[in-house]
Amino acid sequence: MLAAPGSHIDVMVHIGGRSETRSYSVVRNDPPAGTVEIAVRLAVEGGGGSRYMHGLAAGGRLRATDPRQDFPLTRGRPGYVLVAAGIGITPLAPMFRALCAAGADVRLVYAGRNRAAMAFVEELAGSGRPVELVVESEGHTIDAPALVAGVPNCHELYVCGPIGLLEALRGAWRAAARPAGGFRFETFGSSGSHPAEEFVVEVPRLALRTTVAAHRSVLDALRVAGAEMMFDCRRGECGLCEVKILACDGVIDHRDVFLSDAQRAEGGYLCTCVSRVAASSPSGGPPTLVLDLP
Amino acid sequence: MTKPAGPPALLQDDNRPSFPLDAWYAAAWDHEVGRTLRPIRVADQPLVLYRRTDGRAVALADSCWHRLVPLSMGMLAGDDVECGYHGIRYDSDGRATYMPAQQTINPSACVRSYPVVERHRFVWVWTGDPAKADPDLVPDMHWNDDPAWAGDGTVIRLDCDYRLVLDNLMDLTHEAFVHGGTLGQDELNHERLDVTHDGTGVTATKWMLGIPPPPFWSSQLRAVYPDYTGPVDRWQIIRFEAPSTITIDVGVAKAGSGAPQGDRGQGVANRILNTLAPGTGKTCHYFWAIARNYRLAEQKITTQLREATTRVFAEDAAILTAQQRAIEANAGHTFYNLNIDAGGMWARRAIDALVDREAGSVLPAGADR
Repeated sequence: MLAAPGSHIDVMVHIGGRSETRSYSVVRNDPPAGTVEIAVRLAVEGGGGSRYMHGLAAGGRLRATDPRQDFPLTRGRPGYVLVAAGIGITPLAPMFRALCAAGADVRLVYAGRNRAAMAFVEELAGSGRPVELVVESEGHTIDAPALVAGVPNCHELYVCGPIGLLEALRGAWRAAARPAGGFRFETFGSSGSHPAEEFVVEVPRLALRTTVAAHRSVLDALRVAGAEMMFDCRRGECGLCEVKILACDGVIDHRDVFLSDAQRAEGGYLCTCVSRVAASSPSGGPPTLVLDLP
Repeated sequence: MTKPAGPPALLQDDNRPSFPLDAWYAAAWDHEVGRTLRPIRVADQPLVLYRRTDGRAVALADSCWHRLVPLSMGMLAGDDVECGYHGIRYDSDGRATYMPAQQTINPSACVRSYPVVERHRFVWVWTGDPAKADPDLVPDMHWNDDPAWAGDGTVIRLDCDYRLVLDNLMDLTHEAFVHGGTLGQDELNHERLDVTHDGTGVTATKWMLGIPPPPFWSSQLRAVYPDYTGPVDRWQIIRFEAPSTITIDVGVAKAGSGAPQGDRGQGVANRILNTLAPGTGKTCHYFWAIARNYRLAEQKITTQLREATTRVFAEDAAILTAQQRAIEANAGHTFYNLNIDAGGMWARRAIDALVDREAGSVLPAGADR
């Protein structure tokens, strides 16, 4: 099945008796006929989607959509710098291969915790094209302003990685007065500035109080608790699940790309599909978020 | 099927798309694209065409990413297109630059931007895989802006499958009947049409030697040789390039002056340039021009030829749209193909080969089909 670089499939996973949807990037756009290739990193502490996927056996059945495209590669640009961190390599690997095949001016920066955890690293590094590995266990991390400064003018930056890296690069891109359209990114909506931890959410108007487990979203916790929620993208992009914050005992960890920096600073709203609360100090009880729902 | 069983029908796969997507299709004459939003459907894809302030032609999907309202109903804001419904703006790469009532740009917000090349006075759009959009693949229509030639043309919107136009152009036998008053003459049906094909195209050639010129050619030859009243050698050399371009080399020379051997010094020639963009499966945009290689400075002849060809093609349009209606009224009926249809049949086979290649369904070499 042909799937342009950057496309993904939505897969139905079963977690604790419930069906949920997970999106996985298509990692190869020219696989054998009738097949789609994805890569799933096992997140032991995650919400359960990757554990389900890793539990699949050959010959098993999986419900999935046709490839969908929300992160298209624009051809014919003067040059490209691709920045992948961790499993963010999945949409960028087929982009890198396609751009190499097209003879485009392309450079890949690939960051990871350690070499063993970096998928496709041997194949990509062996492509003969510029591939820069940034390995945390070897004492290296991405310096966002330096990276942006190294992107030639009129080249474009494609980024997929955790929200912290994304925001650092986007901030550096903006600070360098680069054209906004030249910064292309995809987020997986599952990373923040703080580790995910358990917290309490309250909705006084509905007399509702529930716990949000470390691997659950505010959105899901509130739905399970009986609140009627509006939402769509579930990855912090569309803003439909935005709700009003009445109070917060803790630090809000905005993990969406919908709210602007100014809106975050005001602290009035939160996207429930991805954003969380972290404790402001290690001692004390669980952090608490007080919301009003539409 | 209303036809007796016969050999397997190679070209009658109703499920096969009628056009490839990996192709440059003419979407407009150069002068038709400007600082307005111009909608056009090409290869079943709604497009909007416009020019940036630097003059570069742009083709975007004519459907807003948000709620699919045609962007062509909106307005140009500098080099960006602003949707007329909620004001989302897209730049010429199709990327959102403004979104209403939020302070960020959604990273998914973009519409498809199509590769565009402007060449030979047409704006060409690549509707398939952008990685394959090689400008060198734009069909050769250079007679349309070659200083050794003069001419002009227009576009006809036809309610028919574009392949019916190709059939029509690949077989000029119909001239005797559809265009009897201008181009037709009995010799057209006496001489054979030689058809050859190669990797990308089909060539159909007909020579009529030592014949009296029909009214049109008589007047053209007189424009250059006012005193010549004798017989002529007449040629029609039709060149098809898949999927949808046909250039027709036509002319007459004084009989016996060596034209069939390659010396056209005693003759006059026209190039009829035709390129089609499928709209839907049942509509098409027929871009054509007629160029000549004599009396280049006379605008009067340019206008006369364009107007005369317009009248001729109106006769074709009447036949072709009626044919399309008849095809729809006779569901399941397949064409009976005659010897005179060879050119069109080779053209359709070349198109099918492109479509099959695109679908990745090419049979192994040597496979019997």
